[in-house]
Amino acid sequence: MSRVQTSDTVTKGPRIGESALRPDGIPKVKGEFVFSNDLRHPQMLWGGTLRSPHPAARIVSINTAPALKMTGVHAVLSSEDTEGMPLYGLEHPDQPVLADGVVRYQGEPVAIVAADHPENVRLALEAIEVEYELIEPLSDSKLAQEAKAIHPDGNLFRKIDLIYGNSQEDGEIIVEGTYEVGMQDQAPLGTESGMAIPSEDGGVDLFVSTQWLHADRDQVAACLNLPSEKVRLTLAGVGGAFGAREDISLHIHLCLLALRTGKPVKMSYSRTESFHGHVHRHPAQMWYRHHAKSDGTLTRIEARLLLDGGAYASTSSAVLANAACFAAGPYRVPSVQIHGAVVRTNNPPCGAMRGFGCVQVCFAHEAQMDKLAIALGMDPVELRLKNALKSGDQIITGQTITGTAPVAEVIETCAQHPTSVGAASEQMELPGGAGRTADPKNIVRGEAIAVGFKNLMFSEGFDDFSTASCQLLDGVATITCACAEVGQGFVTLAQQIAREILGVEEVILAPASTSNVGSAGSTSASRQTWMSGGAVKSACEEVRIRLLSRIAESHDLDVESLVIVDGGIASLSSNFSISLKEATIESIEVEETYRHMPTHPLDENGQGDAHVSFAFSAHRAVVDVDQELGLIKVVELITSQDVGRVLNPLQLQGQLEGGAAQGLGLAVLEEINVVDGRILNPSFTDYLLPTALDMPPVEIAALIEQPEPNAPFGAKGVGEPPAISSTAAVASAVRNATGLDLQRVPIRPTDIVFSEKSEND
Amino acid sequence: MTSEIYTLTVNGNDYQILDGHPSESLLWVLRERLELSGSKNACEEGECGSCTVLLDGEIVCSCLVLAASAVGREIVTIEGLGSGNEISDVQQAFVDAGAVQCGFCTPGLLVAIDQLLNTNPDPDDLTVREAISGNLCRCTGYGRILEAVRIASNSRTVQNEEEKGK
Repeated sequence: MSRVQTSDTVTKGPRIGESALRPDGIPKVKGEFVFSNDLRHPQMLWGGTLRSPHPAARIVSINTAPALKMTGVHAVLSSEDTEGMPLYGLEHPDQPVLADGVVRYQGEPVAIVAADHPENVRLALEAIEVEYELIEPLSDSKLAQEAKAIHPDGNLFRKIDLIYGNSQEDGEIIVEGTYEVGMQDQAPLGTESGMAIPSEDGGVDLFVSTQWLHADRDQVAACLNLPSEKVRLTLAGVGGAFGAREDISLHIHLCLLALRTGKPVKMSYSRTESFHGHVHRHPAQMWYRHHAKSDGTLTRIEARLLLDGGAYASTSSAVLANAACFAAGPYRVPSVQIHGAVVRTNNPPCGAMRGFGCVQVCFAHEAQMDKLAIALGMDPVELRLKNALKSGDQIITGQTITGTAPVAEVIETCAQHPTSVGAASEQMELPGGAGRTADPKNIVRGEAIAVGFKNLMFSEGFDDFSTASCQLLDGVATITCACAEVGQGFVTLAQQIAREILGVEEVILAPASTSNVGSAGSTSASRQTWMSGGAVKSACEEVRIRLLSRIAESHDLDVESLVIVDGGIASLSSNFSISLKEATIESIEVEETYRHMPTHPLDENGQGDAHVSFAFSAHRAVVDVDQELGLIKVVELITSQDVGRVLNPLQLQGQLEGGAAQGLGLAVLEEINVVDGRILNPSFTDYLLPTALDMPPVEIAALIEQPEPNAPFGAKGVGEPPAISSTAAVASAVRNATGLDLQRVPIRPTDIVFSEKSEND
Repeated sequence: MTSEIYTLTVNGNDYQILDGHPSESLLWVLRERLELSGSKNACEEGECGSCTVLLDGEIVCSCLVLAASAVGREIVTIEGLGSGNEISDVQQAFVDAGAVQCGFCTPGLLVAIDQLLNTNPDPDDLTVREAISGNLCRCTGYGRILEAVRIASNSRTVQNEEEKGK
C-alpha cells in the first residue's frame, strides 16, 4: 500500500476558544493530503458499477459472460454472486446490494466489475447484457400511498400525526399557503471513492471516505457474511460530505470485488455517477395554515407535509420526524396539528443533508410568518420577536426547552446589524453578472429576515454515543477516535481539547478506524463537537486525574495541591515540580464513552422529549432582482447564531459562511431536476453550485454565547443552522423585492417572470 | 493502443510518458502516470476547477487538455507552487485564514490564485471573485478564501514597496 494516509498528525498550539489552525492544513495546501480518490496500490484493480438506466423495471436476465471474457477483466458480479445479507440500510435494511430481479430507481446498481484499467472496466460494463421489462415509474409522491406497492415494505416510510394542545378554533387572522422545496444535492467535491484490500485472515480492509465508519462496518460485514472483526474500515481523506456519505455507496461493492479477485480494488465515481450514487435532500410539498390574534400572538398552526423519500428508506423516517417536530419554527404556539408523511417512489433515494428536514419546513414556516405579518400590518421582525421561543417554553412536541434558547437575541442582533452594501457599482455585480444583461432600471432590491432551529445530536431514543481514548506518554498526548473528519475541523478541536485539559503542547491524532477504538457515531446532526468532543474531553480528564494521583502518591504530595502549568506539574503547597515529559515516562491510557442525556420516542400524537438540545439561527438577506429576466443576485447575508460557546472562532466562521452558501444555493440555484424518475442534470454543467461571484459576504452580526448546560465546554454544534434559515431569508428577500408569492425554492427565472403578484402586495 | 513516447515538462522536471494512449487527459497522466495526485478530479468537464494547472503560465482545466498536446510546454501543478519544502505565501495564507476545510478544491484554487497574483499583485474584490469563479468550493462559501487572497496580496504589496524603497 503506497499511498494510504496513516501518518499521524502533530501540531503545537492553541487551546479552547482560540483560532487553532487545522493540523491537516499544510498537507492540504501542498496537494499532499491523500483523499480517498488518491489511493493507490501497485497491484490494484479498478472497480466499476453497472447502473440501471430505468427508474422502474423488472430484470428479465443478466448475462455477464461476455464481460468476463474481456481483456483485463478479473471479476463481474451480479446479485447471484453475493452470499451475505442481500439488503442494507442505515436505519432499516431495504436496499439491495445489487438489484435482484427488479430496479426501483435510475442508477440502481445492477452489476459490478473489476479490471486492470478503468477503460477495460468501462468496456466490460458495456458488454454486460441486461434485459429489462419496463414498469411505469411511480414518480408522483402524492400518489404513492394509494399506488401499488413498489417494494415488499410498501410505499409509506413513515407517517406522523403531531397533535399539540386542544384548541381547534380559528384565529382572528388566518393565512394559508402551499410550499414546495426541490431536490438538493450535497455535491461534495470529492466523489465517492475508496479501496478494499483482501487480508490473509479472509477478511478485508476498506479505506473509504465516509461519515460513520462503524455503521458502515456493520452493514458491510452483514452483506459479506463476515464477522465484524474481519471487516476493518479506515477513514480515507474525505472531500466534503454534508450528508451524502452517511449511507453506504460503493463500500460493499469494493469489498465483494476485492474478496472475489484476491486483489486490492479501487473505485472512484464520476460526477454523473455520484449524482446517482448517493441520497439527496428530500423534496417537500407543504401546506400550512397559521392562526393568530390581531395583536400577532400565534394561536394555532395546521400543516400537512409530504416528503418524497425516493426508492429506499435511508434516513427518511428521521428526516420526517425533524420536519414535523420543527414545522412551527422557533415560536410558541399553543395548538398545532401536523400531518406528515414520507413516501417511497421510483425517484432517486433521499436521506441526510445538512439541516435534515428542518430546511424544508423553515422555508415554509418563515414564508407563513411573512404572510402573517402582511395580513396583520405588523413588522415581520416584531411578529417573530412576539412569538419567539425562550428557555422554559415547550416546543410543539410538548418537550420543555431546558437548555438555552436565545431566539429573541438572534433575531434582534441580526435585524439591527447595519447593512454594509450600497447599490451595485459595476455591471458585473448586478443580477446576470458576467452576462451583462441587466438594465439597472429594472433591478429591484429586497431585504428580509428568517429564523430557524434544529435539534442537535440523534433523537427519539437512539443510543447515541462516542468513544475516544487518550494516551499520555513522554509528555505527548495521542488521541484515538473514529470520528470522521470531513472538513469540519474535528481534528483541530480534538487537539485543542487535549491541550486545554492536559497542558500538553504536542497532540497526535491516530487514524480514524474501526480497528483501534469503538464507534464515534456519525459526523452529522451537528453532533461531533458535543459527542466526540465530549468523549475526548472525558478521556483527557481521566488521564489527568490518574496522572496527578500517581504523582501525588509517588512524591507523597496532596493531590489537591497539584496543578498542570507551563508543560509541567507543580505543587501549590511546596516547591515540587516535574515536567510532563518526565512525569509520563510510564504511559497512562484511558478510553471513555460519552453519551448525551437519554431521549424518548415520539408517542402516537408526535409528543415526547425526543430531542437533546436545540440550536437557533437567523439570517437577513439583501437581494437584487432583474424582474425582466428573472435573475437574482444575493448581495449580502447577515447572520446571528446561538452557539453556546465559541471553541474556535476561525472554524466557526467557516461553518457559518459555508452553510449559508449551501442555503443560498437551494434558494436560487440548486435543484436536481427529476422527470418521470430520471435525473435530467447529473453534472456540474447543469447542476449549479454557487461560485465566488454568486456568494455575497456573510456578515456575522452576533454569536450568542449562552453556555448550554450539559454540553462539553457549553458549546452547541454549529454546522447545520447556517444552512437552515439562509434559504428562507433569501427567498423571502426576493418576495420582498418583487411582491411575488414565490412558494417554491429554488426560485427559477420563470417563477419571477411569469408569476402573478401576490394578493397581499 | 500505445502511442509514441512523449515527454512532459512538469514543475521543471522532464517526464517520459512511455505507454500513454493519445486520448488521455493531462489530468489522468499527472495523477495516474506521474503520481502527482495534488490535481483533483471532481467533474471531468471543466466546471469545477479542481484540476487547475498552469500551461505556459495560463490556467487550464487539466481534465480538458490532452496530455500529448502539452508536449514542449511548461506545466506547473500544485506540487510545483512552493520552493523546495517551503510553501508559498498564498499557501500559508490559506492555512492561516481558514480557507481550507475539506481541502479538495484547495490545490486548484491555489494554482488559479497564484497565477492571478503573479499578473495582478493587488486585485480588487471583484477581480478576485471573477478570477476564482471557475473554481467551485462546497465547504467554505469562499469567505476565508477571499480573505487568504487579501492577506497574500497585502503582504506582496508591502514586500514590493520595501524592495522599491531599498
